[in-house]
Amino acid sequence: MTNSLFINGKQVEYTTEENLLEVIRKAGFNVPTLCYRSDLTKFGACRMCVVEVEYPNGRVVVNSSCTMPPEPNIKVKTNTDRVRKIRKTVLELLLSNHDRECTTCERSGSCELQKYAEEYGIKDLRYVQKKKEDYLAIDNTNPALVRDSNKCILCGACVRACDEYQGHAVLGFANRGSKTVVQPMAGKNLSDVDCVFCGQCKAVCPTGALTIRNEVNEVWAEINNPNKKVVVQVAPAVRVAIGEMFNMPAGENVIGKIYAAMRQIGFDLVFDTNFAADLTIMEEATEFLTRIKKGENLPLFTSCCQAWVRYVETQHPDMVNHLSTCKSPQSMLSSVIKDFLPTRKEGYTKDNIVVVSIMPCTAKKAEIKRNQLTKDGKFDTDYVLTTQEFGQMIKSAGIDLKTIEPEMADSPFGEYTGAATIFGASGGVAEAAARTAYYMVTGENIANNDIVELRGVDSSAYNKSVTLDIKGTKVTIRVVSTLREAEKAIQEIKAGTANFQLLEVMACPGGCVNGGGQPISCNTPEKRALRAEGLYNEDQKDTEFRRSHENKDIKKLYAEFLGEPNSHKCHELLHTSYSDQFTGSYKDI
Amino acid sequence: MSNVTLDIKAEQAKAQAEIKKQGLRVLVCAGTGCVANGALDVIAKFEELGVNVGKLTQEDKLTIIPTGCHGFCEQGVLVCIPQLHTTYVKVKADDVDEIVHKHLEGGEVVERLLYVDPQTKQHVQSDEDINFYKKQTRTALANCGNIDAESLDESINVQGYEALHKVLTENNPDAVIQEVIDSGLRGRGGAGFSTGLKWKFTAANKGGKSYVVCNGDEGDPGAFMDRSVMEGDPHKLLEGMAIAAFAIGADEGYIYVRAEYPLAITRLRKAIAEAEERHYLGKNIMGTDFSFVLHIKEGAGAFVCGEESALLASIEGERGMPRPKPPFPANKGLFGRPTLINNVETLANIPAIILKGANWFASMGTGTSKGTKTFALTGEVNNTGLIEVPMGTTLREIVFDIGGGIRNGKKFKAVQIGGPSGGCLTEEHLDLPMDYESLTKAGAMVGSGGLVVMNEDTCIVEVARFFMNFTQNESCGKCVPCREGTKNMLKILQKIVAGEGEMEDLDLLEELANSVRDGSLCGLGKTAPNPVLSTLKYFRDEYIAHIKEKRCPAGVCSAMKKITIDEELCKGCTKCARTCPVGAIEGTVKNPHKIDQSKCIKCGACLDACPFKAIKKN
Repeated sequence: MTNSLFINGKQVEYTTEENLLEVIRKAGFNVPTLCYRSDLTKFGACRMCVVEVEYPNGRVVVNSSCTMPPEPNIKVKTNTDRVRKIRKTVLELLLSNHDRECTTCERSGSCELQKYAEEYGIKDLRYVQKKKEDYLAIDNTNPALVRDSNKCILCGACVRACDEYQGHAVLGFANRGSKTVVQPMAGKNLSDVDCVFCGQCKAVCPTGALTIRNEVNEVWAEINNPNKKVVVQVAPAVRVAIGEMFNMPAGENVIGKIYAAMRQIGFDLVFDTNFAADLTIMEEATEFLTRIKKGENLPLFTSCCQAWVRYVETQHPDMVNHLSTCKSPQSMLSSVIKDFLPTRKEGYTKDNIVVVSIMPCTAKKAEIKRNQLTKDGKFDTDYVLTTQEFGQMIKSAGIDLKTIEPEMADSPFGEYTGAATIFGASGGVAEAAARTAYYMVTGENIANNDIVELRGVDSSAYNKSVTLDIKGTKVTIRVVSTLREAEKAIQEIKAGTANFQLLEVMACPGGCVNGGGQPISCNTPEKRALRAEGLYNEDQKDTEFRRSHENKDIKKLYAEFLGEPNSHKCHELLHTSYSDQFTGSYKDI
Repeated sequence: MSNVTLDIKAEQAKAQAEIKKQGLRVLVCAGTGCVANGALDVIAKFEELGVNVGKLTQEDKLTIIPTGCHGFCEQGVLVCIPQLHTTYVKVKADDVDEIVHKHLEGGEVVERLLYVDPQTKQHVQSDEDINFYKKQTRTALANCGNIDAESLDESINVQGYEALHKVLTENNPDAVIQEVIDSGLRGRGGAGFSTGLKWKFTAANKGGKSYVVCNGDEGDPGAFMDRSVMEGDPHKLLEGMAIAAFAIGADEGYIYVRAEYPLAITRLRKAIAEAEERHYLGKNIMGTDFSFVLHIKEGAGAFVCGEESALLASIEGERGMPRPKPPFPANKGLFGRPTLINNVETLANIPAIILKGANWFASMGTGTSKGTKTFALTGEVNNTGLIEVPMGTTLREIVFDIGGGIRNGKKFKAVQIGGPSGGCLTEEHLDLPMDYESLTKAGAMVGSGGLVVMNEDTCIVEVARFFMNFTQNESCGKCVPCREGTKNMLKILQKIVAGEGEMEDLDLLEELANSVRDGSLCGLGKTAPNPVLSTLKYFRDEYIAHIKEKRCPAGVCSAMKKITIDEELCKGCTKCARTCPVGAIEGTVKNPHKIDQSKCIKCGACLDACPFKAIKKN
């Protein structure tokens, strides 16, 4: 049903919009927001989106447009003196309590508070400013994230993200009045609670209160060290998102440009994690079929997502045996690189190789610190840079990603299939696994590669499933994103009502395209869908092969180095184990 | 609905017979205030002595009844013997012997324990003749102090549950709602929204699960109206809730009481248990298929939990933070279900409205504010305590007639009404009718009904600072204007009382106060600036004196106090120098002394110590 209301005198139609803010924005007007996140609960805390509304009965109210439902014939004014004064006061008050060292802030240039302070011309700070000696300590104990309360504006977006996406509520409000803070339970450090490192808190943070643990300088130092061979790999979801940082549209696949930029920066070898995604499918599909045959440890849980692995280890330690023993693609590639390269490439030794991976993910920074992912006391992967950090690195190298000429990745870990690319969207791993499992069972390729039931990245697609008929054997695949949905699946298993054999879990809503390390897009949730579209486009159009078992380099690697999938060598390099308790899982950082 | 099988008349007769057996009833106030004054010792003493006191009544018996609050807290412990038309005040355990032997046995009134009227200096024997009570009209508090709060029979004897019986017998929920609408009853918790309409909006969502929630999270400093109802007449509240539940179609309810009200909680729990056992509450009430199960939720003492959406969040186990409205609780409240949330006093008015009718209730009060309202009268007034008056009663009647005027013959200065959300009213408002609209227009609000009377020795800037400190500490911290705005208002006020204010601070304070009022998420923030805005309006001069002259007209703000010794009058006795805790006074024996102003902390100890009145404060 269509109704209409008036915004600043203009008649505007609306239908199913949940709140006035959406109507305002769709109609081409705008009001500022700091705490609003369209896919989280409407909080109404920052009061920046206040508008003046006149009802048909003459009553005039000032209220936050993000929490008001649209009503017929109301007259909305977005820029009255009264509401502008409130917004200005809010900004002045927030700034008076804020660490305003913008130049050294990770979010300088992308900070929403900074943006509005500029737009509203806040030049005169009339309130008593918070003193440096009253600053709270910065929490940099977490391997992935840094929390700086002095930059927190208490919008509660992180608290909601942790609770509503992950059902986990690692962060919460404490204290009252002006002493209110957001903090992990009982004031603990972010390393001492069951944080899964997904970074969604950081992804929704409007300021520099939650940032990625930045390791760009460390990586530059390795690159500029003549005694090191620095090898880089890049994950599927990065290629369709990093362009946003260089004024390219979301979803544009810039993988060739990424390879070129990596070489210009000075990486010695440029590989693609997609190769390892194909490798993962070979291993995991084999493992899955073996478990089906033996009827043990089903449903099989995918293990690509470190946040999910950590969740199972800490919250459901009795279920770690359901996790696939496959390492994540990142970790598979790192161990293969370190084991394989010294035997085949001159100048590369097990001591001088440094592996850097470019990931859409903050949890990967924690994953590489796992005890199980070391060999001879050395980490398989040395550094993880998120998409954001890598974008920063490209910029500081003076490279414009938009204009750089695309190049190819290096052999032998640069080749990949479309099945690998779609790992970056929720459902992609399961779809890729299904294609190869079908082949492994039947010796034929699946008739239709597109398992559309497992696609989609918006909130309606956080829980999806499909039942495949593999020549008479019915296999049900369940795909969830967000740990809140994953928990529901776990409860079904515990209740004995689960009717699926494979469970794919990605902790970030919609999968890696919306990872915690991706370019900031919390105010533009539609970007997530565009990025996913970019991945599926490559799978459909750009790739010669769409099934992991067709990757020629993979076939070669098995033939020359690994033997059969799930062989002894494979287990040594490509599989891992889990701990049923958190303590000791991660090395000190 | 199946028919009511309980015979309320028979129950009342039974209860009456039980009470008759008690003989002479001695009502000892056992409200929280009187308990603090030793009421439990008084009761113990009575019970120790009160055997075989048969000379005054036909029945050979004396029964000691601990009641809820009588209201006249100033004069506690109160002992009422209605059959002898006698009320004793300020009774101590040691006085009980005299009351029992002299009065109850000897028939002679103990005059020294009677109330003395501060104006006429006459002893007053019966509370009916005490001004404090004479000018009141008690509806919500009708039974408080007159019945044993822990006995269902006592409640039934004074028509308890008769209204519930009536609505269940008539079985017409819409008619109940209409009656409440017609009565003109408005929310007694602060905002003053029409209670009947609230019921109607909630009833419109009938069908699934609904809740009735009673807001007993009374948090205003100095307010104890709701506590008194819960302690003094718990069954009235339960009955009001059950009627509401029947009207809106709810079968479950919560009473949210602060944990700081242990006596209220104990009595409510006891009342619920007894009422359930006798089918006045719980499953199949009075034999019908209407059920209403009640829970008590103890609040942890956050002021903001008195805000209804924060209160609901707290019941759900969440942090007590207000949620944006809409959606209103009537549509989406407790656990996402339609919820009717009313204040204690509001619900306590319901049984009388049902029994006596909407017209009776609407005959009291003013055009838009009907019925009576309880106030907690505190501060510099002679008769502090709990009162209930018709809406529209003037401030003058409350302060001077009921309150007996200002203590120690001091001058009236202002009244802070409505607690931290309210405003300061001045002498010019003394004839203002106390109703929702008039008070709001004057920059204050009825609020829950706290009334703090201030005399000429009160610094109004300090009062504003006090309330701002309160709201700042109690802000939930969610929305920016309230969390940061009250903090900065407080900082400006602190600056002014410290004698460091500048005139620009007043403009900034006013601008900020307006933004906090307009911009805050919930009622706490929206009303937090009221004490500042109303005092700026009515006492601007006093702010200016603090800023321009660095002078506190009431002589309260210590930063501006200066204590000096009059050399003419000082005899050099050295007493002041010996009393001074910081060694700020210098001088030798028999020579005039001097105060070192840089050391003086303005504590005033020397003022009291000087035998020659040589030390002055300004």
